Amino acid sequence: MTDFIAAEATSSTSRTLTITLFLVFVAITLAITIWASRQTKTATDFYAGGRQFSGFQNGMAIGGDYMSAASFLGIAGLIALYGYDGFLYSIGFLVAWLVALLLVAEFLRNSGRYTMADVLAFRMRQRPVRTAASVSTIVVSIFYLIAQMVGAGALVSLLLGIKADTTFLGMDAGTAKVATIILVGALMIVYVVVGGMKGTTYVQIVKAFLLMTGALVMTLLVLAHYKFNLSSLLGDAAEQSGKGAAFLEPGLRYGIESDSASATFYSKMDLLSLGIALVLGTAGLPHILTRFYTVPTSRIARKSVLWAIGIIGVFYLFTLALGFGAAAMVGGTAITAQDKAGNTAAPQLAQELGITFLGGDTGGAVLLAIIAAVAFATILAVVAGLTLASSSSVAHDFYASVIKRGQAAERDEVRVARISAFVIGAVAIVLSIFAQSLNVAFLVALAFAVAASANLPAILYSLFWKRFNTSGALWSIYGGLIAAVVLVFFSPVVSGSATAMFPDHDWHWFPLSNPGIISIPIGFLCGFIGTLVSKENDTDKYAELEVRSLTGHGAH
Amino acid sequence: MTTEATPTEKYVAVQNSPEFSELRRKLRNFVFPMTVAFFLWYALYVLLSAYARGFMALKIVGNINVALLFGLLQFVSTFLIAWYYSRYAARQLDPLADKIGADLKGGEVTK
Repeated sequence: MTDFIAAEATSSTSRTLTITLFLVFVAITLAITIWASRQTKTATDFYAGGRQFSGFQNGMAIGGDYMSAASFLGIAGLIALYGYDGFLYSIGFLVAWLVALLLVAEFLRNSGRYTMADVLAFRMRQRPVRTAASVSTIVVSIFYLIAQMVGAGALVSLLLGIKADTTFLGMDAGTAKVATIILVGALMIVYVVVGGMKGTTYVQIVKAFLLMTGALVMTLLVLAHYKFNLSSLLGDAAEQSGKGAAFLEPGLRYGIESDSASATFYSKMDLLSLGIALVLGTAGLPHILTRFYTVPTSRIARKSVLWAIGIIGVFYLFTLALGFGAAAMVGGTAITAQDKAGNTAAPQLAQELGITFLGGDTGGAVLLAIIAAVAFATILAVVAGLTLASSSSVAHDFYASVIKRGQAAERDEVRVARISAFVIGAVAIVLSIFAQSLNVAFLVALAFAVAASANLPAILYSLFWKRFNTSGALWSIYGGLIAAVVLVFFSPVVSGSATAMFPDHDWHWFPLSNPGIISIPIGFLCGFIGTLVSKENDTDKYAELEVRSLTGHGAH
Repeated sequence: MTTEATPTEKYVAVQNSPEFSELRRKLRNFVFPMTVAFFLWYALYVLLSAYARGFMALKIVGNINVALLFGLLQFVSTFLIAWYYSRYAARQLDPLADKIGADLKGGEVTK
């Protein structure tokens, strides 16, 4: 183990290189964005990238949208600090794709046009259902956006080598974090406003390629260091972690067994809650759902999910090596010294690998810079995808259908989408500044819980339940959404614990940090009850929805 | 909000046709049980992580324990189910869907 950022000279080489590489990425992606903006003429171009992407391209783009800072930085960090428990995230995030593949992707592609609400409102009264879908799209996206931007803030002080007592361009670490969050926010707004879905999709593809390559190289180096002996990597990780064999078993982070029976019970419930939220959340994430509209047919949507499962699955196997590699080669003390939540474990590992394999401190600085630039690229691409999904929903669902009652001119609709991207971006920037102490994988898990509670029940009922109606849709979306958000607000995540958003206050009464185990059943139950209390039942429209969703007839 | 005018009776007729019933049956008979299966398999993994620590901690080879193996098996099962579904869909569902779609297009239900 070396001291992190050993020499001032290293730090400055790395800093220059990181900034240069990052600027190169920004320049290339902005060029793509401007090119894409020239190809963006219709609303279909802006919302759905012209529906011309291939299965592999969209699979990569889905990977780009999904392999967020939470995956790369958050999961690697959790594995590095808590060992096996971090792996749980990878598994939940991957298995979740089966829900999307089997129950959602193709049917959504066949029956919708631009947004999730197209399917939810298909056989319902348009205005209330689209309003509800728009609200939940924005809430989920904002939770997710905060996670990404907090990740960017955590990275920057490491990448620029700003320590507590030093400054960069006159900024101390705290100011630099805020400045980074604002910079990332501003760039994402540019991608979305200028490039629309076409630009954003290409940015995702480039980013997915960079991230997979970076993670592959690091994985190979870690394995090479341990002579491709997985067991000795695990053994070293367990030893360096100071926790011994327990590091390789479940229970250091979730489901902690303590002397208090109730604390143990709640901790285990929290583990189950997290597990459920992870697996059911993916198919309710608006920025993932809108991806299925960028391909010409449902068959290609299926193919793109298959590609995505392959790409994402392999990537999560890499994170296993990265996390345990960071634990073994960097060590828990050095990681928590840099970032308490472990978000910087992967870049720290990159530096250590560079020192080991590329000849000393300079090599360390180079590899750190490359991986750091990849991590920034990752964050930028994901926030762009999220902003696009939520601004599309504001424009297409709320503005065009609710305010203009379906009479909006296409050009106005796209203009509203661009304005919304500004506003949503700005809100996310402000909120992110307050959420900086939280682990990003954990924040993403909250977004998953909200998506699984508010969106998934309504989507599944819409597609498969003949009796479902407007009342049921509203009950399930608002019921699931309110349950999830209220439980989070009164959880130890927001107040009453050392790592809470408001650590000095305590208004929490809900014992779990992830609300999924309560709020997801509430979402399904509300949808069921809400449906039965209303007599409305448009069986003719359901005939159209079912025939179209299964056969692809009349698909946009 | 659909922009095209679609004769509802046609859709209802298709929905009630034997071909469509067969497509729906083949789809639901595959995806619903498969969803239940992978969800239970995943739930088993999460429950074991929470409540069967001793079992998960058993070492198989070197430092590789049951917990890690179980986790990796979730990857394997996910890949296999995805592959199996795509094969099933291509062989059993797509031809039926194409036939019904072509019949619909043959009628006047077009964009």
